[in-house]
Amino acid sequence: MSRTTLDLWVGVFVAMGIAALFFLAIKVGSVSGSDIKSPYTLTARFDNIGGLKVRAPVKVAGVLVGRVSEIHYDNERFQAEVVFTVDGRYKFPTDTFANILTSGLLGEQYLGLDPGGEEKMLAPGDVIKKTQSAVVLEKLISQFMFSKAAEGDTAPAK
Amino acid sequence: MSEPLVRLENVRFAYGERAILRDISLSIPRGKVVAIMGGSGCGKTTLLRLIGGQEKARSGRVLVDGQDVARLGRDDLYAMRRRMGMLFQFGALFTDMSVFDNVAFPLREHTELSPELINDLVLMKLHAVGLRGAAKLMPAELSGGMARRVALARTIALDPMLLMYDEPFTGLDPISLGVIGQLIRRLNDALGASSVIVTHDIQESLQIVDYIYFISEGRVVAEGTPDDIRNTSDPFVHQFVHAEADGPVPFHYPAGDYATALTGGAA
Amino acid sequence: MLGVLRKLGALAINGVWRLGFITRFFWMVLLYSGQSFTRLHLTIRELYFSGVMSLLIILVSGLFVGLVLGLQGYETLQRYGASDSLGTLVALSLVRELGPVVAGLLFASRAGSAVTAEIGLMKVTEQLKAMDMMAVSPIARVVAPRFWGGVISMPLLAALFSAMGVFGGWLIGVVAIGVDDGAFWAQMQAAVDFRYDVINGVIKSCVFGVAVALIAVFEGYDCVPTAEGVSRAITRTVVSSALAILALDFVMTSFMFRG
Repeated sequence: MSRTTLDLWVGVFVAMGIAALFFLAIKVGSVSGSDIKSPYTLTARFDNIGGLKVRAPVKVAGVLVGRVSEIHYDNERFQAEVVFTVDGRYKFPTDTFANILTSGLLGEQYLGLDPGGEEKMLAPGDVIKKTQSAVVLEKLISQFMFSKAAEGDTAPAK
Repeated sequence: MSEPLVRLENVRFAYGERAILRDISLSIPRGKVVAIMGGSGCGKTTLLRLIGGQEKARSGRVLVDGQDVARLGRDDLYAMRRRMGMLFQFGALFTDMSVFDNVAFPLREHTELSPELINDLVLMKLHAVGLRGAAKLMPAELSGGMARRVALARTIALDPMLLMYDEPFTGLDPISLGVIGQLIRRLNDALGASSVIVTHDIQESLQIVDYIYFISEGRVVAEGTPDDIRNTSDPFVHQFVHAEADGPVPFHYPAGDYATALTGGAA
Repeated sequence: MLGVLRKLGALAINGVWRLGFITRFFWMVLLYSGQSFTRLHLTIRELYFSGVMSLLIILVSGLFVGLVLGLQGYETLQRYGASDSLGTLVALSLVRELGPVVAGLLFASRAGSAVTAEIGLMKVTEQLKAMDMMAVSPIARVVAPRFWGGVISMPLLAALFSAMGVFGGWLIGVVAIGVDDGAFWAQMQAAVDFRYDVINGVIKSCVFGVAVALIAVFEGYDCVPTAEGVSRAITRTVVSSALAILALDFVMTSFMFRG
């Protein structure tokens, strides 16, 4: 008799545990594996990828279309090679532009794609030729300082 | 009736370096109740564990129903143990089960009987020890004597051929003690089993057993029927039967000279 | 000096000896598990004792840890104007680390110690020996169900702990302080990945479950059969479990979350 109430409690416990797992899976996390359908990979080479990491998002017009799957250094071209996976529903022209952008001032870096105007579309495994490297904050600041300094040199002489 | 149910041949046993049994030979005939006696810590309980296959002898053989217990594989040993029952010193009832479930435990584990049949069998066993009315109690609610009777009912649940009792009389009041003693005798005869009682309670044992072995320092020092024992001239048995403080079993643990120890010399 | 060395040596030998014994014991438990699964009600009973009975402490602690994370996280994040990332901070710390680790520590002291005490007491009162003499293997009948009860409970408890913690963080962040509800969840979802974060957290809690359950049943089974021996075994269960959880956590984190 007491065995049935015990079973009930165990059932409640297991159900709660599984519900918590689902909550973690759906509400807290995003299921990245399944929302990219029939994925294909593309490659882009950059002079500098800044802080881009594997699994960083790939966005077009702010919409998530894929994720970075590999990053390695190409020792013949002296460039970084970024391999990323894109959802099969989306096609991009061959003259698509790849940028490494930052979300907000201190946010994470992601790969942004700007589709071009070509008729031909990129096939799986293709390489994007037009790329723009990550903006390195130190370089930006030093450029700014130099130009300010240059202005400062000319200003008092005037 | 010819071949004894249990035979120990020149058994030697030690825990590490400490020798417990040096050279024991004894036999338990079918249908009889045999007592093994000796002072505390002389290896009586070890003897039962050897027969039950929980320990293995260093040398010598332990034969139960013609089989060498130490040579049995796990499955054969478990098959053998189903035909043995052992009553532990304090009953060893499963504290998380009711009296009924305790007695039903071996039946549920080893048989495929229907719940109705198990119910009948358990009540029969409990009735045999006079505790049918206590079936719903938990072990914590039982007195020492009652707990031991329940354990006895559990021990006989599978109608064993060999019953082993580890100090069944310890810590009981005289009435419970008499009850347990009578139960041991009655159940042995009713089941057609053989029984071994390990105990140091000589008076109770003399009334119910058929044969007695005395063990001291790992050896059998005396044996005989209760009548032999009562009339013996053996100094060891005499000391034991009459509960004398000093005798062949010395009062003092072996020590150096008393006078030297008191006057500051190394003991 | 020599005495200290000798003691250290004895300690080391004893440790290695116990490690070997626990490994063999683990193997025995696995071998006998088949037998105990044929009677599932035994394991379900243990699931009740280690899982359901730990529920309250796990839920309440999870809530409090979430509340604290929410407060402290907000305190730090708002200095950088990043209070919208509160959800990310709370969820990531819970799912990856605090959920499995704190739930594991609580589980060890709540359920692990109880299992050790129970088995140890059965040993003291000769119940294990009696069972063995009745031709019923104590490992199959007593140890294996308790082991599996712990192994199954642990990931569920850790998940509940994390979920409760996220809820606590949400209570503090969104309800009490007023972080934007949408930003809280959206940032969290963008940063927490199911396969990478949640599954790794679950793997961690499963490993902790095996470790704690094994230590608990082993210490109970191996204890010196006296009242003092049982109390020492309980202490050892809690201490060894805590050490095992923290050490395993470090090892797993170092190869799960690299880069």
